[in-house]
Amino acid sequence: MKPSLLQQQSRRSNSFRGSNPLDSSPDGGGGAGKSPAAIFWLVLHGLCCLVSLVLGFRFSRLIFFLLFSTSTNSNTGLYQTSPFRTVADIAENLAFSTSLPSLDSSPANRTTGTAGVSSSGVVVGRHGILIRPWPHPNPDEVMKAHRIIERVQREQRAQYGVKSPRTVIVVTPTYVRTFQTLHLTGVMHSLMNVPYDLVWIVVEAGGVTNETASLITKSGLRTIHIGFEERMPISWEDRHRMEARMRLRALRVVSEKKLDGAVMFADDSNMHSMELFDEIQKVKWIGAVSVGILVHSGHSDEDLSVRNEGDESNSPVPIQGPACNSSDQLVGWHTFNSLPYVGRSANYVGDRATVLPRKLEWAGFVLNSRLVWKKAEDKPDWVKDLDMVARDEANVESPLSLLKDSSVVEPLGSCGRKVLLWWLRVEARADSKFPSGWIIDPPLEVTVPARHTPWPDAPPELPTSEKVTSIKESSEKRATKTRTHRSRRGSRSKRKHEARSVDAHVSERHSGEN
Amino acid sequence: MRNWRWVFTMLLYVGVVLKIGALELGRAQQTERISGSAGDVLEDDPVGRLKVFVYELPSKYNKKILQKDPRCLTHMFAAEIYMHRFLLSSPVRTLNPEEADWFYTPVYTTCDLTPNGLPLPFKSPRMMRSAIQLISSNWPYWNRTEGADHFFIVPHDFGACFHYLEEKAIERGILHLLQRATLVQTFGQRNHVCLKDGSITVPPYAPPQKMQSHLIPPNTPRSIFVYFRGLFYDVGNDPEGGYYARGARAAVWENFKDNPLFDISTEHPTTYYEDMQRAIFCLCPLGWAPWSPRLVEAVIFGCIPVIIADDIVLPFADAIPWEDIGVFVAEKDVPNLDTILTSINPDVILRKQRLLANPSMKQAMLFPQPAQPGDAFHQILNGLARKLPHDRSVYLKRGEKVLNWTRGPVGDLKPW
Repeated sequence: MKPSLLQQQSRRSNSFRGSNPLDSSPDGGGGAGKSPAAIFWLVLHGLCCLVSLVLGFRFSRLIFFLLFSTSTNSNTGLYQTSPFRTVADIAENLAFSTSLPSLDSSPANRTTGTAGVSSSGVVVGRHGILIRPWPHPNPDEVMKAHRIIERVQREQRAQYGVKSPRTVIVVTPTYVRTFQTLHLTGVMHSLMNVPYDLVWIVVEAGGVTNETASLITKSGLRTIHIGFEERMPISWEDRHRMEARMRLRALRVVSEKKLDGAVMFADDSNMHSMELFDEIQKVKWIGAVSVGILVHSGHSDEDLSVRNEGDESNSPVPIQGPACNSSDQLVGWHTFNSLPYVGRSANYVGDRATVLPRKLEWAGFVLNSRLVWKKAEDKPDWVKDLDMVARDEANVESPLSLLKDSSVVEPLGSCGRKVLLWWLRVEARADSKFPSGWIIDPPLEVTVPARHTPWPDAPPELPTSEKVTSIKESSEKRATKTRTHRSRRGSRSKRKHEARSVDAHVSERHSGEN
Repeated sequence: MRNWRWVFTMLLYVGVVLKIGALELGRAQQTERISGSAGDVLEDDPVGRLKVFVYELPSKYNKKILQKDPRCLTHMFAAEIYMHRFLLSSPVRTLNPEEADWFYTPVYTTCDLTPNGLPLPFKSPRMMRSAIQLISSNWPYWNRTEGADHFFIVPHDFGACFHYLEEKAIERGILHLLQRATLVQTFGQRNHVCLKDGSITVPPYAPPQKMQSHLIPPNTPRSIFVYFRGLFYDVGNDPEGGYYARGARAAVWENFKDNPLFDISTEHPTTYYEDMQRAIFCLCPLGWAPWSPRLVEAVIFGCIPVIIADDIVLPFADAIPWEDIGVFVAEKDVPNLDTILTSINPDVILRKQRLLANPSMKQAMLFPQPAQPGDAFHQILNGLARKLPHDRSVYLKRGEKVLNWTRGPVGDLKPW
């Protein structure tokens, strides 16, 4: 469709057709005896050529446009096209047919010729490039377009995505601590992005608090906030057990309220991918996904030694999840190899050693909520009754305790090959303090010991100007050295007192800059 | 008693039927049937409805040309070659010319390529003339109707006008000898010299395997609003602008180059096909000629084509209702393109996507090898079948002559 180079030359000859007749007219005029009109036109043409050379565009056409712009082109009324572009076809129609009769009006012939052939409005030739007065996006239209895009994507999901998506019931045990906001905000934002209906059951150790409540209401999701009347213990062993009991409590709520959907356990310190929520929809009764275990090591020396040991004997694959054979059936479980960490794992929260996960984390399992209902139509018989399990709460380590037979677990995420969430336990010391609600209301609860008093003991007396300058210079010089020297000096003399006050100001400024 | 039983069974029957019907309607409809002005004809089978006789021309008209330049098999004018191959092995072919309804002349007029790959049309009229002279002297069927029951495939820029420059093509007009024949061409513009009444417009050739190999999963969300890749200004041939595409492509660029909804540029990305599948609208503006393979690509990838070409006639216009499928924008309305596209009702957009998702629609735009039911070859035959039976008047009486064999530019009369 693109013409070749040959056409380029012919096209050039087309565009120069306008100028050729101009050349021919002086010859014609010369033959007839050089009438003054012809000389005049010749001179004018030469002048226009020179001006065009200087300016760089077709000056002659602009002049014709300005002189003969009586007939309006329908386009120019509305659009601010660059004048040189629409001038072209106006000038062709006007100039060559009206003002210069001596020209061989082949361009005019061309346009009228084509107009005669095609009775439609489509004309061959040069057209103006239509540009509207404000060629920039209109925010209303951008919004409309986004709504259209969203509607189209919703339709795509309905057609190609999961048919009849189930409600996702998320169980999160939490308690108020330094890192709670960090972790819970992460989970909250992940859940806000889930395209399915969601119920978020937050079980809080130590009872329902306003802090947690205000945090989760920001999500706009449907939440059930349950208080668990026991404080979170410090030792990790106890903590894991208590979290299991909190989760069972949440499952009891699911059973009581007869919530229908897929139950997943989102610990607040975990990181979930959006694909996880799509995979969850595929579960029939109970499913397992692969969890990536990121063991955060506290001390760098320990880390190195662990790695060395790890390399000698096959380094632990940090994945927990279902193991499949080649025909995609569940044959076993990958669990985290905690042997290299024996004796070096953290015992209590805030311990600088590595925090280890349990054998199988709750987060890697998905349940159909009907499994925990008291009475459900097609509840399979390999599931234990929730109340019976809850009686033995202390020994419940993973959802597998709910099953009589753990081979019925469905492996999800292309049989455990895809890691859809990550486990990472980072906590601050149990006694670390943080501003409540992360709002700094002066004065802070935390008092930072000041190296020197920020306020002078006595109001500064106005010193004489010379003293001030000399003191200032000296104090500035000295202030660059150690500051503590200043503060230790007692208030012996008035001058030193003033010096100290000036110093204090100077050093404050310095500290401010620093 | 019997009446009650009848009523009961009737109610039961109606209830069952409704239930089944309701179930079908409830599920999200993925596709919709396509029926154009000629009716629901996309899936018609031409076998048995017509018979085509293929003339045996010396290989200098077809095979030798192809041997000289095998690029003819992959460029967008390759339909003429593939149609020949299809007809040779198709069940509609007949070896008995007496019972044939249509006669096909396999002459590859668009295979004389420049080093860049663009076809030169300068020798094509002479080639066509020479082919027609051959068939009129060796077989009596041309003279019987002066070509009214013959069809030719002329996929070049302006069809049988045999020139790439529109003005030159208009000057030449359709080759005089072909004025009674049926032309199968890609060019279509209403009230244009180079589109004869009764021509069949076909899509340009686009390689089917290449497009199928770039398909992405259909649940990938469509996140691009408008997509276009191609030239806006043809600097080599039209430096001032305003000639190329009648200024429409330049207008698109100038008005929407900074609009985030419009993903338009001149780059050649490797993910061109994948990007089209992630777009809702694909612009198909005219270039030097109104048609382009972009339409085919848009249909295959489910992207609604936005056609900016005044008076264009789209492929198989009687079988495919293009107004329901694509969006037509007048060239003078290009500056308001964003307003036009955002003001389309989302339900209308969804309906267009459903129509595009119809597999028979996609099949109709392709020239697959080997041929499959419902593809463009079959649509061409369907179009030819719809023109049957021939009017009695096409058969000329003895000695009657309509064509003037010496008409046309002098250069065309030279033997090839």
